Amino acid sequence: MRIRPSLLACTLLGSALLAAAAAPASAQDKIKVGLMLPYTGTYAALGNAIENGFRQYIDEQGGRLAGKAVEFVKVDDESDPAKASDNASKLVKRDNVDVMIGTVHSGVAMAMAKVAKDNNTLLIVPNAGADAITGPLCAPNIFRSSFSNWQPGFAMGKVAADRKIKTAVTLTWKYAAGDESVRGFKEGFEAGGGKVVKELNLPFPNVEFQALLTEVAALKPDAVYVFFAGGGAVKFAKDWAAAGLGSSIRLIGAGFLTDGTLEAQGAAAQGLLTTLHYADDLTHPKDKAFRLQYAKTYKLQPDVYAVQGYDAAQMLAAGVQAVKGDMKQRDALVKAIERAKIDSPRGAFTLSRAHNPVQDIYLREVSGKVNRNVAIAAKGLADPARGCKL
Amino acid sequence: MDLTTLLIQCLNSVQYGLLLFLVASGLTLIFGIMGVINLAHGSFYMIGAYLAFSLSTLLGSLPLALLVGVVLAVAFGYLLEWVFFSYLYEREHLQQVLMTYGLILVFEELRSLLVGDEVHGVAIPELLAGSIAIGNGMTYPVYRLFVSGVCLALALGMYLLISKTRLGMMVRAGATHREMVQSLGINITLLYRVVFAVGVALAVFAGMIAAPMSSVYPGMGGQVLIVCFVVVVIGGIGSVKGALVAALLIGFVDTFGKVLWQEGAGALVYVLMAGILLWRPAGLFKAG
Repeated sequence: MRIRPSLLACTLLGSALLAAAAAPASAQDKIKVGLMLPYTGTYAALGNAIENGFRQYIDEQGGRLAGKAVEFVKVDDESDPAKASDNASKLVKRDNVDVMIGTVHSGVAMAMAKVAKDNNTLLIVPNAGADAITGPLCAPNIFRSSFSNWQPGFAMGKVAADRKIKTAVTLTWKYAAGDESVRGFKEGFEAGGGKVVKELNLPFPNVEFQALLTEVAALKPDAVYVFFAGGGAVKFAKDWAAAGLGSSIRLIGAGFLTDGTLEAQGAAAQGLLTTLHYADDLTHPKDKAFRLQYAKTYKLQPDVYAVQGYDAAQMLAAGVQAVKGDMKQRDALVKAIERAKIDSPRGAFTLSRAHNPVQDIYLREVSGKVNRNVAIAAKGLADPARGCKL
Repeated sequence: MDLTTLLIQCLNSVQYGLLLFLVASGLTLIFGIMGVINLAHGSFYMIGAYLAFSLSTLLGSLPLALLVGVVLAVAFGYLLEWVFFSYLYEREHLQQVLMTYGLILVFEELRSLLVGDEVHGVAIPELLAGSIAIGNGMTYPVYRLFVSGVCLALALGMYLLISKTRLGMMVRAGATHREMVQSLGINITLLYRVVFAVGVALAVFAGMIAAPMSSVYPGMGGQVLIVCFVVVVIGGIGSVKGALVAALLIGFVDTFGKVLWQEGAGALVYVLMAGILLWRPAGLFKAG
């Protein structure tokens, strides 16, 4: 009995778009992009940022890729894995999209990857870090513009061990993303000589952390590694600060803990250390231009999600331009994306053989309203892509 | 688990339970006394949280925002009963469910249009921002204790109001013998409107007072609504006392479930509900 407020709006929008698609203009001179993102629920802001970033790049190209107009079909995935297959199938079979862009929630993205694999539809994942997407589920037509959950976790594990942290407790939502992030952390941390003394978790998207915070206080580790995002990240940081544990236990996490959330977290987030493939004060010229344009267009500061949306569009563009807009030449299109060097605001990256970015992971510290870059935690880090047979 | 930890976990359970009670009491009142299934109750909680955010930014102080918010909530509830709910009493449950579900969609879209989809935080007032030491290096946030105190005071107030005052007598009578009360010359329409407004105000108040702890985010009402229905069903429909006992029970099961049996914590509350319904199909305390 989950509540889905804009279901109606989406249905209306969907039927409106369907009507538009039936109009006489031939489908051949258009590229149809299916955006399957969360527009409601705890990840709503993330979905919007991804769409903003994606549209910004398309707009910079004058709304066209290789001379073809870009048309959007939007679906609210509600971060609900149970509806994911249906939603993705509709995009592929009913709307006949050329490419799917989505999504934030790992469980939903896995279902999308399965649909993409079955129908051989091009898919670019602009956030969800599920290791499996570029692991056992990897396929020639599946790409990711963000990260694998393993990447920030592993980098933070390395940093924690380097900083002489001996014991850590991990705390996360019990779902694929949380488990994998924790696994990455444990791998990096224990390889450096640290020890994870306990793994705590709670069901997604439950935000009653109090009981587990008491548990952490009783265990007295040197550090707590967490994986939370969006509304849950805001609440966790505030609960952590209110519990007063910060003086004796170091809170560290994957960067989502403090990304797009600092306004709401306020003082509670100050000084937190996180690892991610982006920071708010990078010095690349590309980043400066991106941030300026984003702030001008949307009257908002961009975050990592906007960058991932922007880069998803760049990856699509690299492929589409190589085949001069002929989406039927799939093999050439895939080859072009594989070979592309994406000039991302995060710093240029290439793609691994499993189609995941090979990228620098930054160590960031929250200072005021920004995630300040302290150091590069891991340079050119590639996901091990366990189980991928590409 | 040592004794201090155990005590703090009990405190956590009570605190979560009391907050649940505050939201659910309004639902049980409306459900039990007026016979309306109100799915939009979670939205009132969400509206409360957003009110706390908007008003405290506007007025610069949370206590002031709470005061203004409650007044607004009563007026809002009164109006809502008049325009929508007063037409529902004689209808079937299905129609009530459909209309109140429609209201959820309307409230969420309005929220999206007016405030946007971002996550927000509400600052805890300076006076209540600290935490107190409990011994063994453990501390507890003052604001959570304050919220528990407020919830307890409200629970006591509601108990006195319903069982000791003339108004409470009319409300209780109105729940079971609507026509009889009417024929005694009591304006039952007005009475229902007031009860509804109070129910809405309770949920809005719960949302406001919880906002500094829970943060403010889209869709927060949906999560709360489900637990609230569990509270109402376990406690017995319409029983405020039942809601209190059920909310505390859920607080304990949820808190200790998370600590002792992580894998099953998500399902424990519902297993509890199923168990209690098998044992007492009408809930722990059946009203009337």
